[in-house]
Amino acid sequence: MFGQRIRRVEDPRLLSGRGRYLDDLGHDALAVAFVRSPHAHARIVDIDVSAALAVDGLVAIYTYDDLDGRTSEPLPLLIPHPTLNQGRTPYPLADGEVNHVGEAIAMVVASDRYVAEDVVGLIQVEYEPLPPVVGLAASRDGDALVHADVPGNVAATMVQEVGDAAAAIAAAAHRATLSLSIERSASMPMEGKGVLARWDADDESLLVHTSTQSSTSVRQAIAAKLSIPVDRVEVVTPDIGGGFGVKIVHPWPEEILVPWAARRLGQPVKWVEDRREHFISSAHERGQLHEVEVGYDDDGRLCGLSVRFWHDNGAYTPYGLIVPIITSTQLLGPYKPGAYRVEFQSMYTNTVIVTPYRGAGRPQGCFVMERVMDAIAADLGIDRAVVRERNFIQPAEMPYDHGLMFQDGRPLVYDSGDFPASLAKLKALVGWDEFDSFRAAARAEGRRVGIGLGCYVEGTGVGPYEGGHLRVETDGSVVVSTGLTSQGQGHQTMLAQIVADELGVEMERVRVTTGDTRRFKYAVGTFASRTAVMSGSAVALTARKVRAKALKIAANALEAAVDDLEIVDGQIRVKGSPGSEIDLGSVAVLSNPLRYAFDAGAARATQFAGPVDPTAPPVPEGEQPGLEGTDYYSPVGSTFANGMHAVVVETDPETAEINILRYCVVHDCGTVINPMIVEGQIHGGVAQGVAGALYERMEYDDAGQLLNASYMDFLMPYASEVPHIEIDHLETPSPLNPLGVKGAGEAGVIPGSAAIASAIEDAEGFPITAMPISPSELFALRAQHPRARHPSRKDPTLSTP
Amino acid sequence: MKPAPFAYHRPSTVDEAASMLAATEGKILAGGQSLIPIMSMRLAAPAALVDLNHVTGLADIDVSDTAVRIGALTRHGDLERNVAAYDANPLLRRAVQHVAHATIRNRGTTVGSLVHADPAAEMPAVLRLLGGSVEVVSTARGRRSIDAEAFFVGPLESALEPDEVAVSACFPHPPAGSGSAWLEIARRHGDYGLVGVGALVVLDSDSSGERGGVPDQRGGHPGARRRHRRLQRRGVRRGGLGGRQDARGRGHRPRG
Repeated sequence: MFGQRIRRVEDPRLLSGRGRYLDDLGHDALAVAFVRSPHAHARIVDIDVSAALAVDGLVAIYTYDDLDGRTSEPLPLLIPHPTLNQGRTPYPLADGEVNHVGEAIAMVVASDRYVAEDVVGLIQVEYEPLPPVVGLAASRDGDALVHADVPGNVAATMVQEVGDAAAAIAAAAHRATLSLSIERSASMPMEGKGVLARWDADDESLLVHTSTQSSTSVRQAIAAKLSIPVDRVEVVTPDIGGGFGVKIVHPWPEEILVPWAARRLGQPVKWVEDRREHFISSAHERGQLHEVEVGYDDDGRLCGLSVRFWHDNGAYTPYGLIVPIITSTQLLGPYKPGAYRVEFQSMYTNTVIVTPYRGAGRPQGCFVMERVMDAIAADLGIDRAVVRERNFIQPAEMPYDHGLMFQDGRPLVYDSGDFPASLAKLKALVGWDEFDSFRAAARAEGRRVGIGLGCYVEGTGVGPYEGGHLRVETDGSVVVSTGLTSQGQGHQTMLAQIVADELGVEMERVRVTTGDTRRFKYAVGTFASRTAVMSGSAVALTARKVRAKALKIAANALEAAVDDLEIVDGQIRVKGSPGSEIDLGSVAVLSNPLRYAFDAGAARATQFAGPVDPTAPPVPEGEQPGLEGTDYYSPVGSTFANGMHAVVVETDPETAEINILRYCVVHDCGTVINPMIVEGQIHGGVAQGVAGALYERMEYDDAGQLLNASYMDFLMPYASEVPHIEIDHLETPSPLNPLGVKGAGEAGVIPGSAAIASAIEDAEGFPITAMPISPSELFALRAQHPRARHPSRKDPTLSTP
Repeated sequence: MKPAPFAYHRPSTVDEAASMLAATEGKILAGGQSLIPIMSMRLAAPAALVDLNHVTGLADIDVSDTAVRIGALTRHGDLERNVAAYDANPLLRRAVQHVAHATIRNRGTTVGSLVHADPAAEMPAVLRLLGGSVEVVSTARGRRSIDAEAFFVGPLESALEPDEVAVSACFPHPPAGSGSAWLEIARRHGDYGLVGVGALVVLDSDSSGERGGVPDQRGGHPGARRRHRRLQRRGVRRGGLGGRQDARGRGHRPRG
């Protein structure tokens, strides 16, 4: 099964409308809607609910004053960091001040969502507007403050340095400076967030369904906030219609408020986020400004690199500094920077919070580093691919220690990778060396084309751990669970492939459950491209453990030595001795000595069913009943995947429309478990990369209003805007885990803006320093660069008129 | 994103629909592809909806010797796929294919789009280009036909009175010896066009004439016009249009 293009076992159910998403559940539940701030920054003077109280179907209206116990405290700062000395998190409902449009102020519970929204419209909130801080420029000015007690709007300043970057740059033969920026986009899963809570008054327990990427951690958070013993709370993820990072943040205010209201009212309560709410009260990402200084030698090799950047973290910092830390470390990509200094400031603005979105800070870092590579190539007149080759970490240098601290608090050490081989594959795939003739032919037709590339390294499979539980049932079926969650990636298929191989059973017998704390209590979550690495390794180790136990029992039953046995298609047999075999279901029966027979299978395990050893206990010492096991995988560090993309674009000489003619991907995620699933992940990632490069942005006005908070105005590309994607794989196994795998979930998105900017720059002949880029912006840039030449072009006869 | 409370009426005849509309001051529901989102975002809160979907005889496409007539329940997708309508007037399919996406075209109605009168929409521009008309019915004034020229008053504003039900639209066939085209620029396939151009060219033995309709830039953009505009030129020599722009035209230069 391992390595095969197995069709996803999830798909028949999901594609035929039998998925069970959050809003498919809880039709008996009360519905919730929120009064959300229309102001980016304001003091709440008064909340008047009198006009709303007569509405038929209203059950309750809650404001901050109703919150009790620990629910009245700010939400947790999930990932503290020593330099985050001005971390701020919101209250579940605003306590007197709102810091972005969309922040929740009052919670309405009603018979249905229609009534709840009627009530929301009748609640009068009086505000005293405060000056809004919108955008990094305003935040850095510091004239107005997001939080009155945070000077200069600076949440944190963090510096890492290896060597003396300033001295190395000063001593270099060549120097360049670049100012670069990336705008906001967002995860935008098709299914927004949603929470359903049922309080069992007799049992004093909560059952919560939520559309999250970490059910185990939501469980802990609810128990802590509601002061309920954690064993009285279970959190289950139903099918989830995408996450892309935004659902790793928790607890969202609603994940506390909905269970809190369910307990208080003694009735099931449900909230389902609508699209406008998702735009203004979930999370965004990407917004950063970078100032870069670089020194390099005559061959284009880096001598020193100094990056200073400002990261827009929005109104609060519940997810700590993860995004800018990733940017600051993963910026280096496959290159040796020479001496390296990076300093960032994480800045408050009166906008939606910023938390990881697929790629999580890497697209920005990759954009910056690849712009540096192209700038060096342009300055020295060296082919852009050659400059990259000269700066690559070589395979013989693996494992490579950058001397920096990564997002998991561990050293940034690349475990494996063959960057020259990846680039060679990419150049062959896209026809890099033949492009000038294509360009000349296109020019003869009056067309303007360009080629670009982008390389990245992605730390995947971040710890601390994941676990797996596996049980063979008496009918021979195999039930597997792991604690992290699934959002449509195909985990059920991928994990079943691993178990089928490790245990020796048909895949059809394996049933995988994820993200259900009733089944598995210890887990971290789904993020950082970690499921195949972490849970894949964990279930592989678990399957090996259960296999060993099965062989032990079977050896006894077959009167054979364990080493002589094998498991094929669920049958344990003596190698080379047909006829002597026992199926796994029977072994499961034997593993659980019974007093009572409830069916024929069970009868075989009862006390009078066969000969017994009167001197030994029915369950041998050191063993447990049942053919099951649990194991965990906890790596010393992340495993680093890599990839390289090349893009061919055509820009319309008149309208400045940007069309992608070709999009080529070389991808190395170590050993591939299911190429079809990996390619699907790449396709989705590239779609979001194209989105971030050419279409999506958050259009805030100066007052902090998000002007394009709908799918009509936020230009998420359709299938019709996503190019055909050509993929080639390289497999450099990771030495860090038993399967040799690396993560693949986020990869496709990372070099999108870098490669597309490189291609547009090549087509147009002037620097592209800000992404995303629209036709209007390209049109304006042309006006600023009337005599542009291609910076990387060696042949001056090909210059753009 | 749930609408405010409204009354729901389901007439089975046009006359019944007209009297319900007059009595309730409500809105007509046909395909609902614009009305329902607007209501769900609570940008509109009509007191009542009069649902035409159970009125019989409104979904027909009637291709006569002179025109294509479509009913108020003719879906964009039905018009797009109708072979007789395409044979008689290919511009209808060429333009309607640009209306949003297949799922929206399967539900949304062409007459509804005309009544919605969005200046960035395709089919109002086509109606003007062809010199078509919309037939409306009210209890108070009976049946009347409004020419396209008079029908589109401004952005999202038509000459339809609040008590009138639009029951059909008539797209006259282009003259013999004519050709048509529809071009559009949008950021994404299926979005409202930033700029769109419909063109109808008529050739005869010794001279040629051309009529062009330009659906305007999206409302809210600087310089956006209030209505689709129709340019008309006569006596243009064969080949004489290449690369030139009309003095009043701001459109994208014709390609090729």
